[in-house]
Amino acid sequence: MTDTAPPPTTAVSNPPVEPLSPNLGDGDVVLASATPNLPPPTRQLDPVAKLIDISKCIGCKACQSACIEWNDTHPEIGVNFGSYENPHDLTSEMYTLMRFNEYEDPDTGNLDWLIRKDGCMHCEDPGCLKACPSPGAIVKYSNGIVDFIHDKCIGCGYCISGCPFDIPRMSPTRHVVSKCTLCSDRVSVGQGPACAKACPTQAIVFGTKTDMIAHAEERIVDLNARGYEHAALYDPEGVGGTHVMYVLPIGDKPEEYSGLPADPKISAVVEGWKGPAKTVGLAAIGLAAVGAALHSIFAKPNEVSEHDRVEAGRMVDDILGPEETAELAVSNPDETGQG
Amino acid sequence: MNIDLSRRSFLKLAGAGVAATTLGSMGFGEAEAQELALIRPFKLATLTEIRNTCPYCSVACGIIMYSKGDVRKEQAELIHVEGDVDHPTNRGTLCPKGAALKDFVRSETRLSQPMIRRPGADKMEPISWDDALDRIARAMKDDRDENLVQFNEAGVPVNRWTTAGFLAASATTNETAWATFKAVKGMGIAGFDNQARV
Amino acid sequence: MTNSWTDIKNADLVIVMGGNAAEAHPCGFKWVTEAKAHRGAKLIVVDPRYNRTAAVSDYYAPIRPGTDIAWLMGMIRWMIENDKVHWEYVRNFTNAAFIVKDGFGWSDGLFSGYDPEKRDYDRSTWDYVIGADGYAEVDMTLENPRCVWQLLKQHVDVYTPEFVENITGTPADKFLHIAEMIGETAAPDKTMTSMYALGWTQHSKGSQNIRGMAMLQLILGNIGMAGGGMNALRGHSNIQGLTDMGLMSNLLTGYLSMPTEAEVDYATYMSTRNFKPLRPGQTSYWQNYSKFMVSFMKAMYGDAAQAENDWGYHWLPKLDVPNYDVLRMFELMNDGHVNLYFCQGFNPLMAFPNRGKLTSALSKLKLLVTIDPLETETARFWENHGEYNDVDTASIQTEVIQLPSTCFAEDDGSLTNSGRWLQWHWKACTPPGEAKLDTWIMAQIFTRVRELYRKEGGSVPEPILNLSWDYADEGDPTPDELAREVNGRALSTVYDTADTSKVVVEAGKQVLNFTQLRDDGSTMCGCWIYSGCWNEDGNNMARRDNEDPSGLGVYPNWTWSWPVNRRTLYNRASCDMEGKPWDPTRMVIEWNGEKWVGNDVPDISPTARPQDVGPFIMNPEGTSRLFSRGMMRDGPFPTHMEPFESPMQNVFNAEMRGNPVARVFEADVADLGTSDEFPYVGTSYRLTEHFHYWTKHNRVNSVLQPQFFVEISVELAEEKGISNGGWVRVWNKRGSVKAKAVVTKRIKPLICDGKPVHVVGVPLHWGFTGVAKKGYGPNSLTVFIGDANIETPESKAFLVNIEASEEPVA
Repeated sequence: MTDTAPPPTTAVSNPPVEPLSPNLGDGDVVLASATPNLPPPTRQLDPVAKLIDISKCIGCKACQSACIEWNDTHPEIGVNFGSYENPHDLTSEMYTLMRFNEYEDPDTGNLDWLIRKDGCMHCEDPGCLKACPSPGAIVKYSNGIVDFIHDKCIGCGYCISGCPFDIPRMSPTRHVVSKCTLCSDRVSVGQGPACAKACPTQAIVFGTKTDMIAHAEERIVDLNARGYEHAALYDPEGVGGTHVMYVLPIGDKPEEYSGLPADPKISAVVEGWKGPAKTVGLAAIGLAAVGAALHSIFAKPNEVSEHDRVEAGRMVDDILGPEETAELAVSNPDETGQG
Repeated sequence: MNIDLSRRSFLKLAGAGVAATTLGSMGFGEAEAQELALIRPFKLATLTEIRNTCPYCSVACGIIMYSKGDVRKEQAELIHVEGDVDHPTNRGTLCPKGAALKDFVRSETRLSQPMIRRPGADKMEPISWDDALDRIARAMKDDRDENLVQFNEAGVPVNRWTTAGFLAASATTNETAWATFKAVKGMGIAGFDNQARV
Repeated sequence: MTNSWTDIKNADLVIVMGGNAAEAHPCGFKWVTEAKAHRGAKLIVVDPRYNRTAAVSDYYAPIRPGTDIAWLMGMIRWMIENDKVHWEYVRNFTNAAFIVKDGFGWSDGLFSGYDPEKRDYDRSTWDYVIGADGYAEVDMTLENPRCVWQLLKQHVDVYTPEFVENITGTPADKFLHIAEMIGETAAPDKTMTSMYALGWTQHSKGSQNIRGMAMLQLILGNIGMAGGGMNALRGHSNIQGLTDMGLMSNLLTGYLSMPTEAEVDYATYMSTRNFKPLRPGQTSYWQNYSKFMVSFMKAMYGDAAQAENDWGYHWLPKLDVPNYDVLRMFELMNDGHVNLYFCQGFNPLMAFPNRGKLTSALSKLKLLVTIDPLETETARFWENHGEYNDVDTASIQTEVIQLPSTCFAEDDGSLTNSGRWLQWHWKACTPPGEAKLDTWIMAQIFTRVRELYRKEGGSVPEPILNLSWDYADEGDPTPDELAREVNGRALSTVYDTADTSKVVVEAGKQVLNFTQLRDDGSTMCGCWIYSGCWNEDGNNMARRDNEDPSGLGVYPNWTWSWPVNRRTLYNRASCDMEGKPWDPTRMVIEWNGEKWVGNDVPDISPTARPQDVGPFIMNPEGTSRLFSRGMMRDGPFPTHMEPFESPMQNVFNAEMRGNPVARVFEADVADLGTSDEFPYVGTSYRLTEHFHYWTKHNRVNSVLQPQFFVEISVELAEEKGISNGGWVRVWNKRGSVKAKAVVTKRIKPLICDGKPVHVVGVPLHWGFTGVAKKGYGPNSLTVFIGDANIETPESKAFLVNIEASEEPVA
């Protein structure tokens, strides 16, 4: 390793090939799941943001392609189900997805093909992290990136119901939950996310959140001049603002963009988990962990026996109650066969 | 109800929290226990960068190819492709095809040896380069000798070979094109075309 | 493209019609979004479908496939009627003032001279009146009733907005709204750029579609301007290069043309290529034809090409028909007249029309050789894949040799982009297995054939034995050697023609560019328009200075563009008659009183006075052409013609089917359908997630768009009981495909002549090889008829029927 990489300000640069020390470290973590005694961060990084200007988006899916290639994921080759959306939904192997909606303006009858790049919003107040019972499995850095640490993920799926945007997805094979990392590995060497780098029309841009808001304001002026009088920046307050933002031409109807919530909030259930249920659940899982560790610590570290599975399920059921865990299962598309 | 817990997750979970002491006593140190920022290692570090252009459409975006090994000196394997920010046209961007160029280069259906399908056969079989090329050259020579139109009815030398045809690739280089042009027109093949018509 | 991709940012208005730039050229389309964001430019999309370009447009209008000429002539009519004409430009830079012969006329949808038996025109009247001085007569007042301008006004008169709506299905109010937007660019300092692709070329009158827009652009004064131009978005990475290099049956390199057998010797060949100026003082640059031709022949045959043997003229093949294009070759093949066929990086079984006929034709070959990095359907045409390729393998006697070639990642060399930039690239990885360079493969084939001729003699061995093959390793020429040959060099010392004591270039040196070529055998040059690409300065195609001093997106030192590194063609037309830029804020070049200077290489002699020499230096007129004389087979003006398969009769002439001079093989007539049986209009197109039939081999692209589908309107789906995501069968007399249905609001029935016309969209990209789901290409359905001038198949408009169906059996 030589120098420490600078924090990125844009996605428009060529990646380094010389080894660099990452610019994101333990001292940049400001929140970690189930870690009440987190050491204070050693510095405050400039908050970053990805801005998605829907008025420039041509729905080409370069972002999806670049995402798969960069993250080395393996989404399945599916089928056409009567839409340009492929895969059919976000999956643990597809962190971002173009969603298409054919919208006819009720006043003019004119068609707008509303195309939205869906994916993790990197909330300032991340519901996934709040819901997560596994210490350090979800972290948030002072630049705003919310990252899943797969090695610490227990695959419980709580983050899924904690997310007001329905983003994280459980891997049916690896049993961990995945989502967009905002390319934390790229950001840590001074690069922007792969999707923003690739985006042909630069509908996706990346930089400091301040710069992105300023850029959005310029775009809104242009859109206003083109007849989109309600064009607006989407940076919802209900989750404390987000580090992935949209410029919405039809800013007064975010739901028309394939169900973008007008006022996203973390569910009351998840907020409630801050209390005793989470602690109890955590303790139970912790016990199971210790037990498991004791009898097979060096053997097949990535495999889970049926016994472990059943045992852990029973313990979580016992403590949280079957209704709540059932709700989790339903909210997880992988487990209901919709993934 | 189907919550899966991986053994590794158990260890990490326990290591980071509840059972730190237990794990510590089993030889797991404090350093790992306190690791919060687990950033994926940057995968391009130490790779060789080579500049190229995208072979798909005519925008001809600049790309950087990241290879393990330097092909000018040794075997080199393509690891990643990314848009070249220095290129005036694409400024580092790529479309969904360009962004996935690695998949073309490393596609499972890339051809790696000459094959022959015999008349009536239901499969291909390998053939050596020498045998394949000699077979092709022989077939061309024989057909040209038999079918080249040397003169038209008026006695004008026309050197027109119409029983052979050649379609040239529009993703090959201009240099390949020139070599192909010379060989094909030189032999008198009249049915010479490329994708310009489609 | 007359301009470059990066120049599009200078546009005030962008019209995408006959193409789908956002979808097919996303990173080039970036410059449209730049023009919108930073210049306030507007984007118009006219297309049968509301496509992904339309998704970011300011104004969209639908159009029935195959009716663009009516639309464009209507637009020209509106500009003239509403005085949206750049008069100084039209008067001086087009042939509006030229007087046309008396015999020329138009009636019943046909121009004068039509012979229905020959399906051809006698074009002798489609020309200028030549005066006693030997020059074409002109009337600069444009009032002479026989001048081009008056004839054009008369020609377009019928195309009223209502008439246009009736034919094209574009509602008149939308048409008029677009007319207002386009009309604004008649102002000298406003420009529109036209971006088009195969949506215009793949018609039996494709060339006339493009002429229609070119004429509109000339009337508005938008050619030669920054942010203007006619921008053909070429489909493949080096389709421009392959065309420039003349890899076509009717061309030699650099748009020199193949001899025909009527040209019995070199003198006869040259006699129709003297390109004498049609107006006094005009450049008529093709007057240098013989310099390029002789230098080309020297590149081909080296020392064997001498003045005494007409530079080897008789070794070149000579044509007895205008073209041995692919359609003709497959027709001949199907009739058993072709024995050997080579497909180098080409998958004709999916690319050309009427797949059933193609399969039948390939089955009659003795030997098919494919050279490709990937599996192709063509190489496996004999293999049974159930409904996807239902052939009787055992009965197919064709031998197939499949040669594995390298791909872009594994070779060095240059590709020519749509904006004519020749960009060098470098190999990055090791080829798989025994895959070989295309240059190696071609050299091996050639040298082995040559060896057989050396040993055995045979039929006319001279062109083969004399072919210049002067490479360090004859079996493996390097890209550097080939590129230097393309650029050309002096074979003996070249002297200045005005001052013969002055050495222009010494023997053995690379020529600077084509201005140093000679027709006395002292120079050789593979392709004159590429001359300059690798001169004594080195490999100019590898230059990587991305400075843009003018801020106009010129990038003069980035790689190299033909001709002579000029980035915007016809750029002299960006200035008025005094040589002042029409828009000083976007100065491309200007006259400084002594010479042309500026931000680009002037497209005119640097010292040619602006008042004297016209900007269109390649034309003998010195002007552009609103009236194309006899240069196009189907008329000097575009006239509305229906597709060969159409739901409507030609309103001008009910007897006329398709393009009256397009070549139709007799065998294909029975395969043409009518709207009684096949009521819906099929059209083919690309999707942005895929590139032709390559990316179905790629995992990622197959994830993004996994399966063949067709797109239909909600209305048609309801009428036919088709559900979104369900299976449908689409068929006509030539074939049948099964696909998933995408039912969409983005396609709406068009009302033409009072009746609804339903469009069935059939995307490319699927076949029976690769990792994507098996599927079909539109070519199972398309018509085996090409454009009357260049034989591009009519794949954008054909008739089909559709019904709900079941999944095919693989």
